[in-house]
This record gives sequence, C-alpha cells and structure tokens, in this order.
Amino acid sequence: MSDTRKWIASGDPWIWMIGGALAISLVMVIGLVMLIAVRGFGHFWPAELIQVEVRDPASGNIETVLGEIIDSETLSAQQAAELRLGVDPDSDALITRYQFKIGNRDVYGRDFRWIAGPRITDRSEPDGAIMLERREYGNFYGYLVDVRRDGEVIASGPEAFDELRSLLAENREQVHELEQIDRHQIGAINYRLEQARLDERGLEYNRDALGDDEYRERMADIEARRAEAQAEYRALREERDALMRDLNRTEVTMRTADGKEKRMRLSKLIEATRNNAMSVFQKIGYYVGRFKDFVLGYPREANTEGGIMPAIFGTITMVMLMSIVVTPFGVIAAIYLREYARQGTFLRIVRVSVYNLAGVPSIVFGVFGLGFFVYTMGGTIDDLFYPERSPEPVFGTPGLLWASLTLALLTLPVVIVATEEGLTRIPRTVREGSLALGATKAETLRRIIIPMAAPAMMTGLILAVARAAGEVAPLMLVGVVKLAPSLPIDGQFPFLHLERKIMHLGFHIYDVGFQSPNVEAARPLVYATSLMLLIIIVGLNLTAISIRNRLREKYRADSD
Amino acid sequence: MRVAQQQTSDSRAGPRGLPPAEVLARRRRRRHAVDSLVKWVIRAGGGAVVVALGLIFVYLFSEVLPIMRGSSIDDPRQYDPPGAGGAASETLMLERYGDIGTRFGNDGRVAFWRLADGSVLDTVTVGPNGGDARVTAFASGEPRTRTHVYGFADGSARIVEDAYELTFPGDERVLIPGLKRPFGDTAITVDPEGRALERIAVQRGSGGASGAVVAAVTEDQRLVVARVRTKRSFLGGETEAETTSFDAGRLDHPVSQLMVSTNLSDLIAATEDGRLLYYDIDPPGETALVDDATIKEGEVSITRTSFLNGSQSWIVGGSDGSVSQWTLTRDVDNTFRLRHMRDFDGHDAPITAIVADHGRRGFATADVDGVLQLHYATSSRTTLREDVADSAITAMAISPVDDQLMLETEAGKVMLYDLWFEHPDLSFSALWTKVLYEGRQEPEYVWQASSGSNTFEPKMSMVPLTIGTLKAALFAMLFATPIAIAGAIYTAYFMSGRMRQAVKPTIELMEALPTVILGFLAGLWLAPFVEANIPMVFMLLVGLPLGFLLAALAWRQLPETLRNRVPDGWEAAMLIPVVALTGWVAATLSPWMELWFFGGDMRQWFTNIGITYDQRNALVVGIAMGFAVIPTIFSIAEDAVFTVPRHLTQGSLALGASRWQTVTRVVLLTASPGIFSAVMIGFGRAVGETMIVLMATGNSPVVNFNIFEGMRTMSANIAVELPETAVGSTHYRILFFAALVLFLFTFVVNTISEIVRQRLRERYSNL
Repeated sequence: MSDTRKWIASGDPWIWMIGGALAISLVMVIGLVMLIAVRGFGHFWPAELIQVEVRDPASGNIETVLGEIIDSETLSAQQAAELRLGVDPDSDALITRYQFKIGNRDVYGRDFRWIAGPRITDRSEPDGAIMLERREYGNFYGYLVDVRRDGEVIASGPEAFDELRSLLAENREQVHELEQIDRHQIGAINYRLEQARLDERGLEYNRDALGDDEYRERMADIEARRAEAQAEYRALREERDALMRDLNRTEVTMRTADGKEKRMRLSKLIEATRNNAMSVFQKIGYYVGRFKDFVLGYPREANTEGGIMPAIFGTITMVMLMSIVVTPFGVIAAIYLREYARQGTFLRIVRVSVYNLAGVPSIVFGVFGLGFFVYTMGGTIDDLFYPERSPEPVFGTPGLLWASLTLALLTLPVVIVATEEGLTRIPRTVREGSLALGATKAETLRRIIIPMAAPAMMTGLILAVARAAGEVAPLMLVGVVKLAPSLPIDGQFPFLHLERKIMHLGFHIYDVGFQSPNVEAARPLVYATSLMLLIIIVGLNLTAISIRNRLREKYRADSD
Repeated sequence: MRVAQQQTSDSRAGPRGLPPAEVLARRRRRRHAVDSLVKWVIRAGGGAVVVALGLIFVYLFSEVLPIMRGSSIDDPRQYDPPGAGGAASETLMLERYGDIGTRFGNDGRVAFWRLADGSVLDTVTVGPNGGDARVTAFASGEPRTRTHVYGFADGSARIVEDAYELTFPGDERVLIPGLKRPFGDTAITVDPEGRALERIAVQRGSGGASGAVVAAVTEDQRLVVARVRTKRSFLGGETEAETTSFDAGRLDHPVSQLMVSTNLSDLIAATEDGRLLYYDIDPPGETALVDDATIKEGEVSITRTSFLNGSQSWIVGGSDGSVSQWTLTRDVDNTFRLRHMRDFDGHDAPITAIVADHGRRGFATADVDGVLQLHYATSSRTTLREDVADSAITAMAISPVDDQLMLETEAGKVMLYDLWFEHPDLSFSALWTKVLYEGRQEPEYVWQASSGSNTFEPKMSMVPLTIGTLKAALFAMLFATPIAIAGAIYTAYFMSGRMRQAVKPTIELMEALPTVILGFLAGLWLAPFVEANIPMVFMLLVGLPLGFLLAALAWRQLPETLRNRVPDGWEAAMLIPVVALTGWVAATLSPWMELWFFGGDMRQWFTNIGITYDQRNALVVGIAMGFAVIPTIFSIAEDAVFTVPRHLTQGSLALGASRWQTVTRVVLLTASPGIFSAVMIGFGRAVGETMIVLMATGNSPVVNFNIFEGMRTMSANIAVELPETAVGSTHYRILFFAALVLFLFTFVVNTISEIVRQRLRERYSNL
C-alpha cells in the first residue's frame, strides 16, 4: 500500500491526468471528423426502407408507416409523454424512439416523424417498397401502382417497375436537354436583353453628347438586337414547351404505405429504386451516381436538395482570385521586411503588427471590406464608369471581386509570416556566397533566395487558401449569397464577372443549416457539404504540413 | 534566364573569352539599373502592403469618428417673414429636399416660399366656413404627419396639411407646394355650442387608430374632444369628414397647451401653474382625468411642451428655462401614470419654442433671450447651445432629414441654418449605463437597434453585447484552458517522440477546421444532444478524471513484463479508449440519472427550480468555441514548454526530483509567461469568433452569466445587422465602433502576448 502512496506522492497520477486531457482533445477531433464523415458519406447510401405498424394507444387503430430510420434516441417516459409520443408518463422504463423519414411531403405535409418504440407492433422490409427521388417535395416512399401514357395504363403492378426505370432513363436525357435550354440558352438570351437595356440607358444618358443621327442609328441597332433576341427566345420557348408536353404525357401512380394513391408526372421524377431488393453492387453504383449528382448538380428546393456545384465553383473562383492578389503582395512584403527594410525598432513594431493582424477577428476584415471596398471603392467605380446605371449599383454592392480582396487582406499576414520564415531559414552563407561572386542583390534574390524560399511561399499560399476556403463571417458581408442566379464565370463576355455575387460552401452550410425553411430535411445535405469543405481544407492543410516538414529536414541538412 | 544566355553568346564573341570593355560596361550599367529597379519595386510594394494593413485601422476609425462630433449650425440666411403681412408665425415647416419653407401665420395665412431667395411661391388663407370669424388658436400634430389645425372664434376648426408634390419635368426636380385638407373642404365643428376655441390640439392616428382627434379649450374653459373620421362618398370620391364632438366638462386650471398622442387615447394638458394633466380620451365620450403632476416645486409655469417622435414621451419647457422629458408608464394597477424621465441642460430664460425631430428622439429648444439648444432624449445629450438672436425665438422647424433648421424671432426675422445634427443618439451614458426608455418601467441595458416602425426608439446599449462577448469567451476559456495547457505540458514533456509526430499534426488539423462546421455541429447536433442528455455533461466532468485515475491504477497492477512492452510516453494513447468508454457509459446512464434524480426530465427540473434553459446556450458555445480555441492555446503553450532549456530540467531530475515535481517546480515556472501569452491569444480568438456563436446561440442580447442561456456577441451582432443598415446611419457607425473595439482589443492582447513571448525567448537564450 505504501507503494501506491509513494506512487501518488511522485505525482505520476497527475501525468496520467494531463495525458487524459490530451486524450480528450484527440477524441474530440477524431470524433468530429468521423461524425461528419459517417453522416456525410452516409447521406448517399440507399438505406433500407422499413415498414412498421404503429398502434395508436388511445384508439387502438393501426397505422402503417414506411420510410428510412435516420435517428434513434433513448428517453425517460416523462420526456416521451411531453413530446406527445403517446406513452404513459408514469412508467419507470426508458423508451427508445425512432425518427422516420417518411417523405411524401405533398401527401403528409411533413417529412419526418418520431415514433416511440413500444408503439411499433410489426416491422418488415418489403422488397416492393420504392424510393422515388423527385424534383419537388422531396422523396416519395411507397409502392408502384401503374404507369400511364396519355392517361392510358401501359404497365401496372410490380412488373411496371422495370418499365418505369427505362422510362426514367430516357426521361433523364430529355430533362437534361430542358435544363440546358432553361439555364444556358435562355440565360444567354436574357443576358443579351439585359445588355440591350443597359446600352439603351447608357445611350439615353449620353444623348446630349451624341448627334441626333448618331443617337437614332444606335437606338435602331439596339432595337434590332433586342428584336433578334426576342425572336430567338420565342423559338426556344416553343421548343421547350414541346419537350415539356412530351415529357408530361407520362405519369406514374404510386400508393403510400397507408393506401393513399398519388399520381405524379414523370418529368418531376429523377430516380426510382427498390432499396431493399438491391444488391451491394447496385447500391454502390447508385451511391456513386448520387455522389456525382451532388458534386456536379445545381441545388433544388431552396438549396435543401440537389447538388452544390455552384457553391464549390464559387468557392474555388474566389479563392483563386484571392491567391492571384495575395501571393505577389505577400511575397514582396515579406522580402521587403526581411531583405530590404532597415532592421530596427520601427521595423520590429511593423513586423509584430503585421503578425498580429492574423489574430484580428475575421469579421473585422468583413466590416472593413464592406465599408471600404464595397461602399467607398465600389461606389467610386460606379460613379466614374457606370453613371448611366445609377441608382442600380454595379460594383457598389457586395460581389466576387470584393470578397476576394477582403480575403486577400485577411490572409496577407499568413503569406507574409510563412514567407519570412522561409527567408529566415536560408543560411547566411548562401546569400553571402552569391554576393561575393559578384551577383547584385536583385540577382541573388532571383536566383538564390526566391528558389530556396519557394516551398515556404507555397506553404504560406496553401495555408492562406485553406483559411480563406473555410472563412464565412466576412464573406456574409462582402459578396456571398444563398442562391446566385448565375456562375461568376460563363460564356458571356467578359467571361469572368467580377461584380457578380457568388455562392460559397461555408456559407451554404450556414444558410441551409440555419436559414432554410426545412432544416430537418436539409440536415443530411449540410453534413455532406461540411464533408466536402472538410476534405478540401484538410487536404490543403496536410499538403502544407508535409511541405513544411520536408523543408525543415532539408534545411537542417543544409545548415549542418 | 536571359542574362545567362547572353553571357554565353557574348563570351564566344570576345577576345580571351571576355566581351569588349564597352559591352561589359553596358551590361554592368544594365545590371545596376535592374538592381535598383527591383529595390524600388520591392520597397514600394512592401511599403504599400504595410500601409494597406494600417489603412484598416485608419478607415475603421474614420468611420467611427463622426459619432464623437457635436452638432453645429453655420451662418444663417436671413429674411423678413415672406408673405406675412405683419402677422407672426405659429409654426414653420421645411420639406426634405431643402427647397421650400412654409409658415403658418396666426392670422390664418399660410405662405410657401423658396428658401434660396425668399421669394413667395404661394399663399393660402385658412378660415372658417363662410363667415369671417377670426383665428383664435393654432396647433400642429407630429411634424412627421405635417398636420395642423386652426381653431376659430365660432367654435369650428380646420385641419390642414402642408404637402409637396414631387415632379420631374425635363429631368429636373420641381416641388409644387400646396395645402391639403385631409378631412374635407368644410371646417369641422369642434364646440357644438359655438364658443371661441382658445387652445387647440390635433393628432392623426397611426398604427391601429385611424382618423384624427381635435381637442380644444373653449373661452368658457370647457374641454371639448372631437373625433374626426374620413368618409369617402360613393360619387366623385370626395372625402368628407364625420365629426363627433364631446364635452368633457370644465377645467380647474388655466391650460396653456394641449396635446393628443398618435394612438388617439392620451390627452396631455399643460397648465400655467406648472401642472401636467393626463386625460384618457379613448373613447372620447368617456374622457376622464387620470393623473396630474407638478413639474417642479415653486412658481414655475409650463411655457411650452411638445411630443417627441412617436408621441410616447414629451418635452416640457418651464418658465425657469428648465427642459425635462415626461412619459406615461404603466403602474402596478395597470393604469398609466405621468412619469418624469430625465432633465436636460436648461436655458437661463423661459422656453418659448420646442420642436421635435421627424424621425428620431432629437429636439430643439429656444428661449426668450434668443438662445438655441439641440438635445437628444435617449442619450440625455445637449449637443448645441448657441445665442442666435437678440429677441425671443417664437417658432422653429427642423427638416425631415435633419440638415436644415429654421427659426423666426419676435423681432420678425426668419433665419435659416444649415444644420449638422448627426448621431446625437450616442453618448457614454447611452452606450454604457442603464437608460430609461419610453414604455419601460425601469432603466435597463437594452440592445435593439432597429425596427420596421418609423416611430421606434433605437436602444443601443453596448452592455448586453459586451457581456455576451465576455460570457461566450469566458465559458470557452473555462473549457479550453485546462485541457489545452495540460495537453501541451504532456505533449511537450512526457510524450514519446513518435506519438508527438502524430499528435502535433492532429492538433494543427483541429486549428484548421472551419468554424462554420464547428458552429453547425454545435447548433444542430451538440445542442439537441446536450439538451437530451444534460446529466451526461456533469457525469463526464466527474467521470473522466476518475476514469483516468482508475486507468492509471489498473495499469500499475499489470505485470511488469506487459508494462515494459509499452515505452514511456504513451499514456495519452492508452487513455483514448478510456475517454470513449467513459463517454459511452455516461450517455447510457444519462436517461437513468434523469429518471432517478430529476423526475424523468432534467430540463423540466431546471425550469421548476427557476433556471432558464435555452437549447442553444453558453454551455454549447463554450464547448464548441473551446474546441476552436484549444489548438491555439495548445500550440503556443507547447512551444513554450518544449523550449525550456534542457539543462534546467536535467539538473532538477539529477537532484532527485520526480518528473512531476520537475514539471511543476521548474518547467511551469520557467514557461509561465509563454503559457500566459498562449491563454491571452486564445482569449483574443474567442472574443472575435463569429460563426460559432452565431450558429450555436439564440443571439438574444441578454445580460447575465447563466450557463444555460444564450447570448449575443459583438461579432455575431455585426454579422447579423450590418448588411441591413443604412450606410452612414448611427446604427452603421456603432457597428463599425464594435468592429473597432474588437480590432483594438485583439490587437492589444496579441501584441502584449507577443512581447511576453519575445522576452521569454531572450530569457531562454540567456539561461
């Protein structure tokens, strides 16, 4: 026993305690990453469709519910009673409740339902249960009744499923065509019409400067352009309507688990699967397809469904623009601070200040960006170059350019610090050797110092990109929106639209998770989006860390 | 690259492998030119970056600076009252574009004139129906409504409204002034007995109340209240007034002024013997005196009074020059009582004119000696005091956008000033002390800066935001500091090298995690989870240290051979399963604990014992933000501990101290400045963090430190409110002020800790 007392006196238990603190941190990090990975990846997996019979304790009625179980929770009977799960509050037992995704929002009015375990009398996984992915109202869970064309039944019963799938495959092409028309061709015409309108305004604005003939000539030109665009629009519109009519000829009738029938147009459907009857390989195939749709697709239903392509695209565009700005300035500033500025107290103050800017809250940069970039600089640009468009702002409103510049300012310290660190690590002997051989300072810089410090600059840039990709707070002020009508880069001149608002992965998470009308339905999507963001940022950081570690090894070898 | 090629080609050309002297000289000159060009480019670029970063501070400061400025007026334009014909003005009005001035004369003449040169645009005479009864009383409603009333000797009155029609003929702004009669062309009968109206008041209803109320005192000292409603006749769309008039009986005190509130239910009468009388006039037929109060002890009469915007409170000017604000507050017995809110810097002579702002709680006062003062109610500020005239100021007007001020003196001069009266609503007391707001019972700290209503009184106390910021940071630090510092000491001093290589990148990864993901998980996963498993949190608090101790004991009991297989410094790795296991046990036990000790529902139990529990609360924020802060503290603290010179620790160990003793007595003492700076930097990060608090709290600006309630921090507040404020408004500037405070705070904190660390580094190198 005295052995144990000695062990306690030596303080070894404390070592275990502080080790435990570290273990807690590690468990939290690993747990968090795993939580996001499991929920994010799990979102695409076709879950088992479970049909349960639920007994209503008051009336004794039996109700049939079909759906996916997405969550379960253990509660005391009193809590369950407060949640009106139809349980006796005085029983001492614990109750497990299950959250079902029952879908069929257009039939039931809600997608999710908690069901208390004790009320479930029967549970099965019927092979015939179908999960329909739809363009509106979320998923549908139920059974196939028949498929009709122009009102005539062309297939019915369980055999109709194969018919449905082949029809859906055809249908997908047509819908894709339709989307192309809607998004790109009509979008392009709208853009031309908008340009014509702006030109007209510009013309009116400059009317006094132009001669009367000139004015009329240009006006006629604008009118011609407009008429042409409108004619094209009408033609497209007809094509689109024809496609639409064709698509709408086919309808599907489905039956919910409790026997309600619902007829849906085929054009509103995306995919039909019999999850319970699928083999593992079919599931993997389906999984890959859905993941692809998620990464490459456009959002639907107020961002709560569909893909996140515009958000990924916006994030990447913004970060790339930011890199273009931040790299030269950050590197030049670092070289200035380390190689050219006279070292002294003043420079020390400057350096500490620059470093400390990395610790200033990002929202402060957002405030600065909004006030200075958007309102002051953007407002001035509008006054100088777009007077005809007033009072409609062009650059005087949050947009891609300002978001990139704000982030560039935010990440400038990161690049400066990393580059300076790289410059400091270069042995003095190398520098002096170059100078001794007669090279000028500029030549030494270009041939010796920059190549040697390049990996450090790279690290700085990667860290800056990683930070920028995850930053949301300042972007909420300077140019990121929940739903941008068009991408910042497209086929219309000048191809890169700096004034456009963009979508952003981080803001997408905030917006869908906290501002959307149906948070419950959107939650899996938020996990998946978080996962994407996490993968991007973790990937970037690991790259930076490995570059840095390799660099350290290299210089350790060099300086020895 | 190019230089290199030239060298090789040139060397082929020259004798003995060298190019001719002039080529060399040219090349040298060019190299020199390039060198100095690079030098200047880098200097300019580097300097520009440093300046740009400095610009952030300068810009934020410049946006905040205007709130420090007082008010000012410049030299006036003066003219004789246009279109007056000798009569004095009752009221002056200005419109928002600053083109036209309007005066309502006490003879019923209304004149509109161009402010630029004083030329009269239009005059209209307001009189009773048919007859030639003279004007006996005049009053204006809220300046915002532009409603005025003339009372006549025959007991009738006419409600008029000065209106300005905006047209753009040939792209040029032209305002056409005119006098509208919102309640029809016929004068309304206020006193059915037809006695002259000596005092009168008018107000248009707003919100739920429609129509208008005219109250008057007749020459035989009766109070009459008339309710006016518009009725649109079916043919022709003419508006007709429907007036119902009620006699509220005789008055005991000589009334100097009457006022009706915009909800058309309160009538305030000011008397010549210094009393305020409050009548409830809803419905007008049951008008009753509810409360009266004397404004001041002694012989002070009320010379002037005026509602502030929204008519929930009013300013009372006394014959002794005092200026005070009064309101109606709900009493315990649910009736309204008169209440004195605050006093302002007074005048030296009796007040002769008070005019309220159109959209804010600002007002101007003037006295018999011609002294003008500008005040703001909420902030108790007097922003301007200037002696502008030699005689009494009888009427004033402030433009709807607060950029002009006009006044008329008894000597018959009209003076027009350009006015700067921005941001009077901010003062030290408005930001940092408890303020009595309109409609509230007691002084409070409230942050509620905007609302859809144009009669809303902005409440801009920084206290709830500051408390919220500190509360969030405090709980985050409470969670993060012990874990981070303990983990750092362990990692730096006890951990094996191989594990260290794995742990450090993991922690760096933790630092790189986007806070939006942390916030989302905290708000949508952790908050409901904690709410459902409150006992688990407390069990973990006790269970985890206990689990570590038990694990350590168990480890000691293992046979030596097994223990020796694991080298020193892997304790943390072995404890990971312990943490997971404890967590699982706590989660499983949690519902049972609730069942056994908290009546089945701990949240309900909290409510029963009087603790508010929000789902998104400080506990959740503390954990989530703690998670974000741990790596920051960890990295710096670990660095400080790791760089403690080896000879110190080795000396200690050699003298027989145990490892733990060495850590607590030598390492920690030496590294404490570094650990301190780590905590400071972590605190700086917690203070400025936005997304986590935005997503993991309800963002309600409460003033308490309850761990189970939410908060609103400065940063989250900026993110929520800044996109929706008008540029240049007070609200906009105060959000900039919040940003500046955050900037300065974190900057100072970081600088201090940076200096501490540098000192420490120097000390280490000297040891």
